[in-house]
Amino acid sequence: MNTTVIKISGSILEEEPTINLAQLCQYCQTHAEFVIRLVDQGVIVPIEGESTRYWRFHQSAQIRTHKALRLRRDLGINLSGIALSLELLDEIDSLKKELNQLNHMAQVAVYEER
Amino acid sequence: MEYKDYYDILGVKREATQDDIKRAYRKLARKYHPDISKETDSEVKFKALGEAYEVLKDPAKREAYDQLGQDWEAGQQGFKPPPDWQQDFDFGGGGYTQGNTHDFSSFFEDLFGGGHANSGGYHATGQGAGYQAKGENVRAKIMIDLEDSFNGNKQSFSIKIPEINAQGQIVDKQKTLSVQIPKGIKEGQSIRLSKQGGPGQGSGEPGDLLLEVEFSPHRLYSVNEKDISLNVPVAPWEASLGATVKVPTPDGKQVDMKVPPSSQHGRKLRLKGKGLPGKDAGDFYVVLQVLLPPTSDPKVKAYNEKMRDEIDFDPRKYLF
Repeated sequence: MNTTVIKISGSILEEEPTINLAQLCQYCQTHAEFVIRLVDQGVIVPIEGESTRYWRFHQSAQIRTHKALRLRRDLGINLSGIALSLELLDEIDSLKKELNQLNHMAQVAVYEER
Repeated sequence: MEYKDYYDILGVKREATQDDIKRAYRKLARKYHPDISKETDSEVKFKALGEAYEVLKDPAKREAYDQLGQDWEAGQQGFKPPPDWQQDFDFGGGGYTQGNTHDFSSFFEDLFGGGHANSGGYHATGQGAGYQAKGENVRAKIMIDLEDSFNGNKQSFSIKIPEINAQGQIVDKQKTLSVQIPKGIKEGQSIRLSKQGGPGQGSGEPGDLLLEVEFSPHRLYSVNEKDISLNVPVAPWEASLGATVKVPTPDGKQVDMKVPPSSQHGRKLRLKGKGLPGKDAGDFYVVLQVLLPPTSDPKVKAYNEKMRDEIDFDPRKYLF
């Protein structure tokens, strides 16, 4: 396996312009029906647009869509299961963050008590 | 080639039933799925699971694999399948395997053949002249240090990206990327690297590579969104009387921080805009931690006794 070093500068995905339904499908290599069903489940939320034709999504929607696709493919979870899993994962994430924060604040106090 | 113990990977005994294997796989797949697990090597573990299950779930492949295992002894590195091992089974020539075999190890490929027929699946070539499409965006997780985001450092990552080789097969190619981290990126955000993702179809461009950022734990600082906080110990008299203390900042410099008089333990002092830089820069918080001098020092003991005897202070009034 040959290795090449590629020098590259990145951009912050979340700060880039929004994308439409067609772009979202193309980035995730999926079809519009799947994305529409994700929106119906509230897994991803279009930020504007009355009808599917005018939907705009945050760039981060492609990450959630990709996660949903992988969970469906790898674990055989259906859409409501995917929605529930992603919500619970989000919650675990924010709880972990809070816990880290509290642990950090308590560091000195804990050290002193020992 | 290294022998892979598929039973060990799935955590089952060699005499496990097909049902046992299925259950073990499903349970571990949920645990190590890269979108669920927080471990950075979950991707590797998940692929190994998939490979083990691909073989063990199929009684024919399992039987062939078991025969092989009889001759193998633990610790043997340079494993080679016996030349006649496919005699009773026909896995050669590929096309037999359903899974995404380009992810599997060379051990798997040598035994069961790469899924050549399969890899054409969604990257089929020659779908009519002129057909082209941009490649898929590929995701991966990376760990960086807080300082990398703060200063916009360069970081090198080694990553496997699917590519189409001269024979039209998908192969994982190891690439080393030296990435300029966008200044001020938050945990949970992704770095987009143009055209470093999955291969395009026809003359289509490759997709992008999206690197999901996580910060490795820092010795001093903790980060919340764009805010950075630092615990700073102060002496009881500094907290009580006020003081100016030197504190380190994430840019590697130092700053004089004014501690106001009568500061309680846990008081947060804010340096506006000194958190992670960028659009809507975060704040830098100094959290005061009152640290007592050791009472083993007779002087400290004397001062404390004096305070106890002369100061009227009941910290537990609110309990009653």
